[in-house]
Amino acid sequence: MLKDSDRIYQNLYGQGDWRLAAARARGDWAGTADIIARGRDALVEEMKASGMRGRGGAGFPTGMKWSFMPKTSDGRPSYLVINADESEPGTCKDRDIIRNEPHKLIEGALIAGFSLGANTAYIYIRGEYYNEAVRLQAAIDEAYEAGLLGKNAAGSGWDFDLVLHRGAGAYICGEESALLESLEGKKGMPRLKPPFPAAMGLYGCPTTVNNVETIAGVPTIMRRGAAWFAGLGRPKNSGTKIFSISGHVNTPCNVEEELGVPLKDMIEKHAGGVRGGWDNLQAIIPGGASMPILNKAMADVQLMDFDSLAAVKSGMGSGAIIVMDKSVDVVKAIWRLSKFFKHESCGQCTPCREGTGWMMRQMDRIVRNKASLADIALLEQVTTQVAGHTICAFGEASSWPIQGLMRAFGPEVRARATDYVVPQAQAAE
Amino acid sequence: MTPHIETFEFDEISEPKVAKAISHYPAGKQASAVKTLLDLAQRQVGRMTGISWLPQPALDCVARRLSIAPMRVYEIATFYTMFNLKPVGKYHLQVCTTTPCWLRGSDDVVAACKKISGIAEFGGSSADGLFTLSEVECMGACVAAPILQVNDDYYEDLDTAKTEALLEDLKAGKPQPPAGSLSGRPSSAPITGQTVLTDKAE
Repeated sequence: MLKDSDRIYQNLYGQGDWRLAAARARGDWAGTADIIARGRDALVEEMKASGMRGRGGAGFPTGMKWSFMPKTSDGRPSYLVINADESEPGTCKDRDIIRNEPHKLIEGALIAGFSLGANTAYIYIRGEYYNEAVRLQAAIDEAYEAGLLGKNAAGSGWDFDLVLHRGAGAYICGEESALLESLEGKKGMPRLKPPFPAAMGLYGCPTTVNNVETIAGVPTIMRRGAAWFAGLGRPKNSGTKIFSISGHVNTPCNVEEELGVPLKDMIEKHAGGVRGGWDNLQAIIPGGASMPILNKAMADVQLMDFDSLAAVKSGMGSGAIIVMDKSVDVVKAIWRLSKFFKHESCGQCTPCREGTGWMMRQMDRIVRNKASLADIALLEQVTTQVAGHTICAFGEASSWPIQGLMRAFGPEVRARATDYVVPQAQAAE
Repeated sequence: MTPHIETFEFDEISEPKVAKAISHYPAGKQASAVKTLLDLAQRQVGRMTGISWLPQPALDCVARRLSIAPMRVYEIATFYTMFNLKPVGKYHLQVCTTTPCWLRGSDDVVAACKKISGIAEFGGSSADGLFTLSEVECMGACVAAPILQVNDDYYEDLDTAKTEALLEDLKAGKPQPPAGSLSGRPSSAPITGQTVLTDKAE
């Protein structure tokens, strides 16, 4: 488990003040100009060496993403866009960074902006985070007043503007190209790729989109060094991450931990254990709504990092751990996620627009014991026709929870079928 | 209950914010400010009439202000869930019922909202115009579930009794309490106290 001194977010819980003076006392904005003086290439290399993988969900190596940006401008400006559209069910980590450590995010924006050749960055925050946006704007205003943003930001010689942009209620805007569309004042409908944002992003200009937690971690990585960050966690899964533990635990919470920590340890140490004890555990969704569910046998031994979860066909996603005890109708829990995806589909691609509604209705029939074994098989098959057949990853996001349910709870699901026959061996018991 | 709104222009409170919002984007990219302007318009209608929503004259005003086709503004206003195209009550109750909140008892929060407000179904408003009840998807505060959003504020760590007490107070004309946990939890640390960051001197 992680030592307190290795936690990036020393004020995660707002025990201290969020304002600039207190943030500085915690070490933020110390020697920012010196960091920038190392030069753009050195910073991108440092980021690569740290092994940081994007904290928004996809886990793409951040340094590599940064290296895709053009080194010299063809006349177009470059942009950094920070994704604060935290909407993946179960996830509420960026909210704590914004509320309690806003200056880590702002300083990270400056360093990242410089590393990308961007003089302007936009933070896209979900509209429902009204109070959080007020706080973040106040922190940005403070930074401007202190000369940390604007012309010659923090004495670095780099001009840098940071703009907060509020969303207005649409999960899909967390998808990077939908976010860019929304930022341009359009409906949040994902773009076809290529071209990728590094070639044509915001306003048709080179753009990098990074998650809040990715950017807020940058200053600490630059100060303590890539080797420090890479030394935490497991190979190719380095560093720390804020996990959100919700659902049927005794004390739901956010906590920053090292990647690769056993899921069970994390829940028992930080979240007060599963309600009714570990043996009362039924299922865990380990990485936000779109990541496939784990049954207890899987959860018993699961490590929390990108590759360990991918190995069991699930994923760490945003690090949102949703715990369900034995009182839950797990089919209904997944049906509710299907309803979520149906509601949030942007409607652009037919497989998703029609498929999410159809999958939700089929899940509803299973919940109400109105589906046959053939219906269940058909549902499983249809999920494969949605996933991978849409412009963005929403097809996967809406299909994976159902596929995961079938993998982890197949017998339980089939036992709900109208034509289910109790196997003889089981009936004899 | 709905005052008729025939015309809409940004007032002296909104106008500086409108100008500032537009200034944040490059020349010719003023459409980026459309969501901000719609939000400002909705808040202004709320100030004017006590009901925060977007009548068509407000949508048209945003289109004029940004020099974009009205249809583009209608597209935005219908795509994003936070724009109220119909009047809502003075208190817009938005209950999250997505799985993390559902696991922690959002059904109880919904029942409490219906009981105190007298609203039968989602989307409905109370006869006195005080409340509108909406079902919303994940609000991103899941470790403090279940959540009820009242206008701009999240109320967290709810149960039946706390939700009923909150709404009874609003009904009695008391001001909204400060946003946050109604179980006295100051942060997203465990309610029993922090398990980490306990020894800063380490």
